[in-house]
Amino acid sequence: MDQKPLLKVEGLKKYFPIKKGLLGRTVGHVKAVDDISFYVNKGETLGIVGESGCGKSTTGRVLMRLLEPTEGTVEFDGKELTSLSSSEMRKMRRDIQMVFQDPYASLNPRHTIGKILEEPLLVHGISDAKERKKSVIKFLEIVGLSAFHAKRYPHQFSGGQRQRIGIARALMTNPKLIIADEPVSALDVSIQAQVLNLMQDLQKEFDLTYIFIAHDLGVVRHISDRVGVMYLGKMVELAPSEQLYATPLHPYTKALLSAVPVPDPDYVKEQVMIDGDIPSPANPPSGCTFHTRCPFKMDICTKVSPQLMEHENGQSVACHLYSEQAGNDIEMKEKEMEGSL
Amino acid sequence: MSERKKVLEVKDLQTTFFTDSGAIPAVDHVDFFVREGEVLGIVGESGCGKSVTSLSVMGLVPKPPGKITGGEILFQGNDLLKKSEREMRYIRGNDIAMIFQEPMTSLNPLFTIGNQMSEAILIHEKKWSKKRARARAVEMLKLVGLPRADELIDEYPHQLSGGMRQRVMIAMALVCDPKVLIADEPTTALDVTIQAQILKLMKELNTRLDTAIMLITHDLGVVAETCERVIVMYAGQVIEEASVKKIFEDPQHPYTKGLIQSVPDMRYKKDRLYSIPGNVPKPGTIKKGCKFAARCEFAFDRCLAEDPALIQTETGHQTRCFLYSEEGVTQDGPKAFVES
Repeated sequence: MDQKPLLKVEGLKKYFPIKKGLLGRTVGHVKAVDDISFYVNKGETLGIVGESGCGKSTTGRVLMRLLEPTEGTVEFDGKELTSLSSSEMRKMRRDIQMVFQDPYASLNPRHTIGKILEEPLLVHGISDAKERKKSVIKFLEIVGLSAFHAKRYPHQFSGGQRQRIGIARALMTNPKLIIADEPVSALDVSIQAQVLNLMQDLQKEFDLTYIFIAHDLGVVRHISDRVGVMYLGKMVELAPSEQLYATPLHPYTKALLSAVPVPDPDYVKEQVMIDGDIPSPANPPSGCTFHTRCPFKMDICTKVSPQLMEHENGQSVACHLYSEQAGNDIEMKEKEMEGSL
Repeated sequence: MSERKKVLEVKDLQTTFFTDSGAIPAVDHVDFFVREGEVLGIVGESGCGKSVTSLSVMGLVPKPPGKITGGEILFQGNDLLKKSEREMRYIRGNDIAMIFQEPMTSLNPLFTIGNQMSEAILIHEKKWSKKRARARAVEMLKLVGLPRADELIDEYPHQLSGGMRQRVMIAMALVCDPKVLIADEPTTALDVTIQAQILKLMKELNTRLDTAIMLITHDLGVVAETCERVIVMYAGQVIEEASVKKIFEDPQHPYTKGLIQSVPDMRYKKDRLYSIPGNVPKPGTIKKGCKFAARCEFAFDRCLAEDPALIQTETGHQTRCFLYSEEGVTQDGPKAFVES
């Protein structure tokens, strides 16, 4: 694809200061997002996976500038977002919308669904009152609800229906990009499938681009064209989803994939167990942040932080095992082993 | 495989919540059993009654509004529902122990791990000295694979990570060597790499200590990896029961089939997920007929009029569905499936 990406992120960082003492002196930083770069093409779905605390949600929020980035650039549709004033940014959000995890917490309990859905149109000054009412009903029907639901309140809906409302609200302004942060993780399995199917249908119908943030690897594979894996604020691997799931390169991706329980009792998998917990992002390990849990740790890993580099066919990985020097070493070792056998 | 003895048997259990808007049958005539040393999975979506079932077994249903309105819970042949609160207190922890989803809320933040574990031990082993109880606690922490158990015992829950807290909970539950461990969504709050560690630990302890485990979960992947036998619950009822192999290879109830098909599989990409239409009904809203009929693509007249019974369709496989009753079945199998 030679087209220009819809969203291009470079060197994005978000550090939260840790303040201590009476004067609120900054004693350190939580590096929630630490120098990540990626792009999203028009009409595709980029999945971002990782465990809690890896910075995937912060990434979503920084892209929307709901949190101000510490460093880095976000280019959306040819415009540089990080340098916009807040009123300009508000206008931009017509084209970038967000769907949140907990649909109940993100819908005002005192407003009817009609009012909630009309709000984005009011904010952006789109069309007149009559037209607005019409489009509320149109979008309710698009997400599988009915016109009479506009008069009801959020508590009268089930979790799945509320998430449909959350999606409808995101669609109201006819956005180009939707950032969905764990949109199905609060839902039951049977409802989750309904919402995922709805999101796929809408993508085709409205030519949407998604950034799909989730911790469930099965769900991410299902919906994504490309997947990025995050660990402690860094992107450790980024690849087309088929490739990532078939041949994961980074040891963390391998461990993550093998840890997911597969709903098939006969399936025998190669389990890469990793010990220990995720280190605190306030005090991340030196060098490669994964080296404390990595079964393939080398000397260089504790000292130098690996860069995300393309390994082959669009599959990028940030790991010294795949850098040239280390690659040669491994080949040597393998040859030695073959020789000894 | 020789038949192992049934250690826990639940017969016709009914647990009802009496609320302002009427009586809600959260557990609706549930029957099942757990064999010695077996891992039984109870699966279902939210509101299906799986957690209330486990609380009923433990005698921990909040009353009021909840009340066990009928049935028997036999532990090694004795009916737990006839026991006094005092006797139950002895059984809980000693014979049947339980771990919960959120380990932080089940540990007291004001006491050290050692304090809390010793308390549990001393309640059941009245003659033991504090020192002996502490030694036992350290031993248990080591058993569940916690590093530096000697130091950890003097730490507070907030100093531990989620995975470590769940290990502490498991250590505490197993401290009196119970016959049955009830685990209610033990890994739902944990990250997937930590979940893998905890599930592995539970399986190891199950083989090593021969403790039967009743694993309550909504995650079919967890069931496939850990359980031997599975019960599927829907709207307060058991709708299918079979070995884990059978449930995944030959699910019978349309709900079980739908549930398995709607999980995205990590190994290959499906173009479109199967999805069960409609929503999980609120308990007590469906008074007549099969609880799943409204969402079922195979439903026929009888499903709306009568309540199906749990019937045995083959050895060790039971289903609550009219498709498997005599009139619904043709020679080639259930009528509806053959026609479709």
